[in-house]
Amino acid sequence: MPVFNQSRKRFIQGIFIVVFLVIIGQLFHLQIISDEYGRAADRNALTKKIAYPSRGIIYDCKGRAILDNVSRFDLMVTPSQVKGVDTNALCHLLQIDTAEFSKRIITAIIKNGRYRPSVFEPFVTTQLQAQLTENMYKFSGFDLLDRPVRTYPYKAAAHILGYVGEVDTAIIRRSGYFYQMGDLVGRSGLEKFYEPVLMGQRGINYLVKDNKNRIQGSYEKGVYDTAAQAGRNLHISVDIELQKLAEKLLSHKIGAVVAINPKTGAILAMASGPSYDPGDLAGAAFRKNWGRMALDTARPLYNRAIKGQYPPGSTFKPLGALIALNEGLMTPSFGYGCRGAYYACHGIKVRCTHSGSGHAANLRIALANSCNSYFLHIFRMAIDNPIDNNTINGYLRWKAYMNSFGLGVKTGVDLPSEDYASVPDTSRYNKDFGGSRRWNSCNVVTLGIGQDRMTATPIQLSNMMCIIANRGYYYTPHLVDSIQDETIADTAYIGKYRIRHNVTNIPDSAYQAVIEGMHDVTVYGTASDLSIPGVQYCAKTGTAQNPHGKNHSIFTCFAPKDNPRIAVSVVVENAGYGATYAGPIATLLMEKYLNDSLSVNSQARLEKVAKTDLIPGAIKHWYYIRDSIKQAKLGIKDVNVDTVIEQPVIIPKKTTFDPEAEPNRNDSSGETNLEKSPMMLPDQNKKETDSTQHE
Amino acid sequence: MNSNNTISKGIDWSIIILYALLVAIGLLMIFANEYKEGDNIWQPIFSQNKDYGKQVLWVGICAVLGTFILLTDSKFFTATSNLLYGFGIVLCVAALFVGSEVKGSRSWLVLGGFRLQPSELSKVFTCLALSKYISRQETDFSKTRSQLVGAGISLLPAVITLAQNETGLALVYFSFFLVMYREGLPPFILITGFTLAIILILSLIFAPQTLFIFYAVIAALTIFFARGLFKRNRILLWIIIGVWALASIISSIAMPYLINHVMKPYQRDRIYSLVGKPYIPQNLEERTELEKIKSKNRGKSQNQSEYNVVQSKIAIGSGGMLGKGYLKGTQTRYDFVPEQRTDFIFCTVGEGFGFLGSLLFLSLYVILLFRIILIAERQRSTFSRVYAYGVASIFFFHIAINICMTIGLAPVIGIPLPLISYGGSSLLTFTLLLFILIRLDADRQMILR
Repeated sequence: MPVFNQSRKRFIQGIFIVVFLVIIGQLFHLQIISDEYGRAADRNALTKKIAYPSRGIIYDCKGRAILDNVSRFDLMVTPSQVKGVDTNALCHLLQIDTAEFSKRIITAIIKNGRYRPSVFEPFVTTQLQAQLTENMYKFSGFDLLDRPVRTYPYKAAAHILGYVGEVDTAIIRRSGYFYQMGDLVGRSGLEKFYEPVLMGQRGINYLVKDNKNRIQGSYEKGVYDTAAQAGRNLHISVDIELQKLAEKLLSHKIGAVVAINPKTGAILAMASGPSYDPGDLAGAAFRKNWGRMALDTARPLYNRAIKGQYPPGSTFKPLGALIALNEGLMTPSFGYGCRGAYYACHGIKVRCTHSGSGHAANLRIALANSCNSYFLHIFRMAIDNPIDNNTINGYLRWKAYMNSFGLGVKTGVDLPSEDYASVPDTSRYNKDFGGSRRWNSCNVVTLGIGQDRMTATPIQLSNMMCIIANRGYYYTPHLVDSIQDETIADTAYIGKYRIRHNVTNIPDSAYQAVIEGMHDVTVYGTASDLSIPGVQYCAKTGTAQNPHGKNHSIFTCFAPKDNPRIAVSVVVENAGYGATYAGPIATLLMEKYLNDSLSVNSQARLEKVAKTDLIPGAIKHWYYIRDSIKQAKLGIKDVNVDTVIEQPVIIPKKTTFDPEAEPNRNDSSGETNLEKSPMMLPDQNKKETDSTQHE
Repeated sequence: MNSNNTISKGIDWSIIILYALLVAIGLLMIFANEYKEGDNIWQPIFSQNKDYGKQVLWVGICAVLGTFILLTDSKFFTATSNLLYGFGIVLCVAALFVGSEVKGSRSWLVLGGFRLQPSELSKVFTCLALSKYISRQETDFSKTRSQLVGAGISLLPAVITLAQNETGLALVYFSFFLVMYREGLPPFILITGFTLAIILILSLIFAPQTLFIFYAVIAALTIFFARGLFKRNRILLWIIIGVWALASIISSIAMPYLINHVMKPYQRDRIYSLVGKPYIPQNLEERTELEKIKSKNRGKSQNQSEYNVVQSKIAIGSGGMLGKGYLKGTQTRYDFVPEQRTDFIFCTVGEGFGFLGSLLFLSLYVILLFRIILIAERQRSTFSRVYAYGVASIFFFHIAINICMTIGLAPVIGIPLPLISYGGSSLLTFTLLLFILIRLDADRQMILR
């Protein structure tokens, strides 16, 4: 019989012990040695939910909110909970058909899964929201989610304010994965430049989710959570009424307006045409409109005020005079015998508007009449300055002046992607002419009248006006006056706008002479037709030749003449004479700003200017083709003869002159014809009132 | 012999206390899995709409049943053991033919709202029948014939259970070899079977090279410590070397060959997934073929076991030294571990209470097992002793395999953790096993035949 067997009992006990030891060993490995499992568990169950603060509000100089937030609602759907929904009623409310309904549900499942809410209809209207709320009990699985949207009470200042859009992968990578897919971020304008200020502090809630990604509540009762802090508000120097006026004046035109207060560098208005209603890029409208705008050949999204590069043309002339005066190359009474064109350079003939003798008898008269020969001459004097022993040194000295006046460098305005335009370096000309000894002042002589390779942005032109108005100093142009609850960290943004910059040591007398000349421009010169009731102002017109069609109409000015409070530059692309198109825009703006209202005459002129359509024919033609294609796609086949859209007459424009490619060739006749207005000489009455110095 | 008929006489209270402790822990673990913040704790017990509520009912039923067993005369079990065994076999066969299919296995009998798994209960009956057979006066268990009959009694239900597609439950019947070993089965059978099983599992989990080194180290250590024996018994040395060579061949050559050349890709996938390892074929054609099969079976939990083991390891591993605390385990509370109230209940212990908690928990089982062996060895009657060893073996097999599969040391074969896992049949079976033992032990002075 089997008997009591001690050793076999021991053996069985041994097996038990060994197996349990193996288990304990593996537990030790999993729980104590390896730390990957703890992290894996957190990855499984923890999820970060970011609480978005509302973005900061932007106020204009008079405390009016020009960029605000408004609550909009997204209709959300959780596909797994959609049961017994009154589909017909919902479709009727949303005005979609049932096929679209199921398509959206399927899209939601693909995007976010069955158990998580996805957007069914973004940004429902207030009216629809009310209807939906009323009927929500019928729609299980649907939910309305509050989401703040940007709103623009004045429908203006689109280019200044910019817009917000969803982040793309590049932004996410650059931010070090701070942003997540679907986040809204400032994509242009102040929204982009002051993103960290406007955005506020995001809150993070740690949540626990289950195996099907359903949120189960907060992690550890929220001890690790942080609260969201609303974005801080900005106060900007723009006067929204002035801004609206500028935009109205620029309607039907391509160009830009920049008005700056020279005393502080504060931008009073900045408009770019063509513009758009900023509301078109807010919330749900963004998706609908952005693509169309981005593809528009007139580029409404492009802020020409800081990015448009235009040859300054004659508006550059005051600067040329300042350089020559400061270098001691001439005195204000210096005269040049212009007989209708500049012949001093062999083979180059630059025509002048006037040919009568005495139209460049001294600096003031030359400025007032905008004599090309005069300024070409003093430009060559500056380049061939006897103290520099060659052209290169003379040119570099001249270029240093340019840069100190803010041309060819970024002004540093608080908007993203500003352009520095162009004041070419000597290396550029060395390349053009094949060596540093192969060009001289004659080759680049049209720089003296703001042509050749020189370009400037409207904001640079305005800044230049500020320097002249201030007689030698400026503050960096800027939009933001103050940030709510300013901290030390914010000085990175606005500290530099509170520093006064002095521009070389040009004597006051030189400025005085130039300012008097610019005043004469408005009295009997090229801008004598334009006046501001009760205000003496200084201006310089410009009609810049360019390779893209008709001349750009440019006008730079500041007012009042003594103690200036506003400096304006206006560019209207492919319009014509500076005084004719850009001039009224500038003077109307100044009148509005200085007098706080427009006179009856000015009011009439405002309407006339606003209605003037200066969009180039080529762009209209492009619109015509685009609209035709759209019509064709819509399937309108039998178009009546009556309904055919009238095609604008296109005058084929052959570009024969491209300064980029052929920098030193002038147009076919070899002449530059810049200003055409009747020659003027100071008449006696006006002389008494304003000119005392140049005699 | 005992005229004093109070039930408490001779009862081993330590087993009852351990039993109560484990059942209570089980209830708490099931509760931890299901309870969500703000739920009414007591309501599900009455409405029976949650698993822990149902389990409470089962505990009640088991308490009543246990009391009845303690009131029963010990002779009842010896007298009816063969009858019960036959009854169990009939039920198993009935389940096979008229039972309803649950998760691919035909092992459930449904009577009204009541579901029963006869192959679970059969363990008790088989245990009784085996004890009965071995304790017969005319049985001489040292004879091969008797040993064969014993093996037959143990494995008949296993065969039927296998036919029901319940591999895990069928394997449990192999634990009776431990009992038969105690009663005289030649040790080499046990050793060979045990070693082979371990080698097969090891070759699935580890790389062949690692195992080769591992075996070599074990063999070298054995030779070193047993070197004194070789002078007298040279054959022993050759046996050790032979075993080492065989193990190496199985792990390094036979298993890889079997897996890579004989099996089809989906079989390979299934084998590997049993231990929670993903199978990625090197061959491109094979991979596409496997993808095709997998996509066809998507949602049919073909590869479920692999996911189970990965999540279960994460749950236990994330517990760390002291655990996340009761009701704080994210893995087990938010359903990341599937089957977590039945087969993977140990995850809740591991995640909630960490290494120290698991150690305490395991020590309860170790004490229970050693206590049963102690009880077994103090019996006067062979029937009781064999039965006690049977109980210990079944418990041991369940505990070892269940915990090993949650920590990735054993294939996922789906057997519950005794007294802890959710499930009425399982709880009932283990209650029966233990309380019959307690009853028999209370009458240990009696000679039962």
